[in-house]
Amino acid sequence: MKFLVCISNVPDTTTKITFTPDNKEFNKAGVQFVINPWDEYALTRAIELKEAQGSGTVTVINVGEADTEPNIRKALAIGADDAIRVNAKPTDAFFVAEQIANVAKEGAYDVILMGRESIDYNGSQVHGMVGELLGIPTVAPAMKLDMSGNTATLEREIEGGKEIVEVNTPFVASCQQPMCEPRIPNMRGIMTARTKPLKVVEPVGSGARTEVAEYALPPKKQGVKLIPAESAGELIKLLRNEAKVI
Amino acid sequence: MSVLVVVECDNGEVKKSSLEVASYGSQVAQLLGTTATAIAVGVATEANLAQLGEQGISKVLYDAEPRLKDFVNGAYTKLIAAAAENEQAQVIVLANSNIGAAVGSRLSVRLKASLATNVVELPKVDGGKFTVRRGAYSGKALADVILTGDRKIIAVKKNSIEALHNAGQAATVEQFSAQLTDADFADAPKQVVMQEQAGGVLLPEADKVVSGGRGMKGPEHWNLIEDLAKALHAATACSKPVSDADWRPHHEHVGQTGITVSPNLYIACGISGAIQHLAGVNSSKVIVVINKDPEAPFFKAADYGIVGDVFDVLPKLTQAVKELG
Ligand SMILES: Cc1cc2nc3c(=O)[nH]c(=O)nc-3n(C[C@H](O)[C@H](O)[C@H](O)COP(=O)(O)OP(=O)(O)OC[C@H]3O[C@@H](n4cnc5c(N)ncnc54)[C@H](O)[C@@H]3O)c2cc1C
Repeated sequence: MKFLVCISNVPDTTTKITFTPDNKEFNKAGVQFVINPWDEYALTRAIELKEAQGSGTVTVINVGEADTEPNIRKALAIGADDAIRVNAKPTDAFFVAEQIANVAKEGAYDVILMGRESIDYNGSQVHGMVGELLGIPTVAPAMKLDMSGNTATLEREIEGGKEIVEVNTPFVASCQQPMCEPRIPNMRGIMTARTKPLKVVEPVGSGARTEVAEYALPPKKQGVKLIPAESAGELIKLLRNEAKVI
Repeated sequence: MSVLVVVECDNGEVKKSSLEVASYGSQVAQLLGTTATAIAVGVATEANLAQLGEQGISKVLYDAEPRLKDFVNGAYTKLIAAAAENEQAQVIVLANSNIGAAVGSRLSVRLKASLATNVVELPKVDGGKFTVRRGAYSGKALADVILTGDRKIIAVKKNSIEALHNAGQAATVEQFSAQLTDADFADAPKQVVMQEQAGGVLLPEADKVVSGGRGMKGPEHWNLIEDLAKALHAATACSKPVSDADWRPHHEHVGQTGITVSPNLYIACGISGAIQHLAGVNSSKVIVVINKDPEAPFFKAADYGIVGDVFDVLPKLTQAVKELG
């Protein structure tokens, strides 16, 4: 079975977010980039399923410029077999989805996995777009994924519960907890990652459908108003009369 | 040209987040000088649907196909796309829910539309330019996004738009058929498992949340959280180590790797306020923190705080809520 895992290169969770002086772009200076945490579930689960089947391949794909290669190598160190980088700045979800769908079509992958969203743009869009571009089902967001032959059983989160869904390959799924315990690279993985193939391809497609006009920071909090523990009940009055939330 | 609103129904009722979406859609329609139609998914009665008039909706369509009761991505996408074509919808508005995200992204490709999710404000329409504000970087930033396509799809973040209630206004309700076939139900669920809700309030829909962390010391103390939640008519939630230790079910865990919530009121009890936790709750309107450590990082993100022991403070809060009547 051929797995394609999409990984996005995002600022580390603890990053203090700032923008370029014109507020049009994220300021990358001094920022540590990581594999999108949600994508690690997709990557690890694909590797686990490949191992369980005893055959197959896991290919990672990233749409990004050359500076994303350290994280692509990290995915290879975790256990992916090979990688494809579409050499372009990921301008919006549709553009990224077009690139992934194009690569997926050419490689005839059986299962396409990715995280439920990226922690930078928080779009949660690429999975559905790829599924629709390829004309195959998407299951999003999935909390569990098991394969038996060409049939997958997934648990999809819905508000207040879950749906158990069965689909046949090929399909797309976005992944989230508690699908698996994401793996970290070991020494052997890091050594072998250097020699695994990383192919660079040029982008295709018709381009983005959205454009960021400007980024802004949310309004600063006023600062915390402390209520003494002895008169905790006062808080409830403040929530009703001042904050007007109860 | 019109605005199409997707309303999700559950147990015969329109979800609260869909009332917000309907209100958003009717205000967009007003901005554009047109009317807003709704397409219903899930199960609701005609009387429930007619009430969407209170949110400014003029007409509601629904397909009586019984298999639409549960979420099926293929069928929902086809139904909404058919309704959009039928209504010549230029703007489609849905909730930023699990259903909204799954369907919205497929629809955007099918209808060649620009898509913005996580939207927190009404759009700005300036000549031909259509701009929406959305949350980004896990609540640490906002982005103003121009939707450049002729058609636009907007997924509205929960609790970011006030639901309108124009009493007495009724929408007309009409049956609509998207001629769904078996193939559209290829991803129909084999089984649907609903979780038990403490106090009956669904966490992703809640406008008040009482949440507990490791400071609660063990599952046997959760009655303190539940009592306050019940009194406030709030949902309960927890931090990751709490669900990892099985004190609470996974679906209550909020944060970077759990559920993202944006209620009007978030009360954090015995939670330190690690950045990964904040990522899931920092766009809550009002944050209250109860922690015995005055240096807990959560106080920096809080609007109100009590430096104190949860075991002492929580019963006092519950009592005070009950006294409000
Ligand atoms: C990749 C990654 C993803 C993560 N995702 C998430 C996530 O989605 N959600 C999440 O929550 N965490 C997440 N975490 C974990 C996060 O970093 C913190 O470890 C976690 O949020 C801490 O939970 P806590 O505040 O309940 O526990 P602790 O850090 O142990 O804090 C307990 C707090 O309770 C207070 N306390 C103790 N006793 C009392 C008392 N009697 N009365 C009042 N206060 C008391 C203490 O002062 C302390 O501040 C993630 C971590 C990583 C690395």
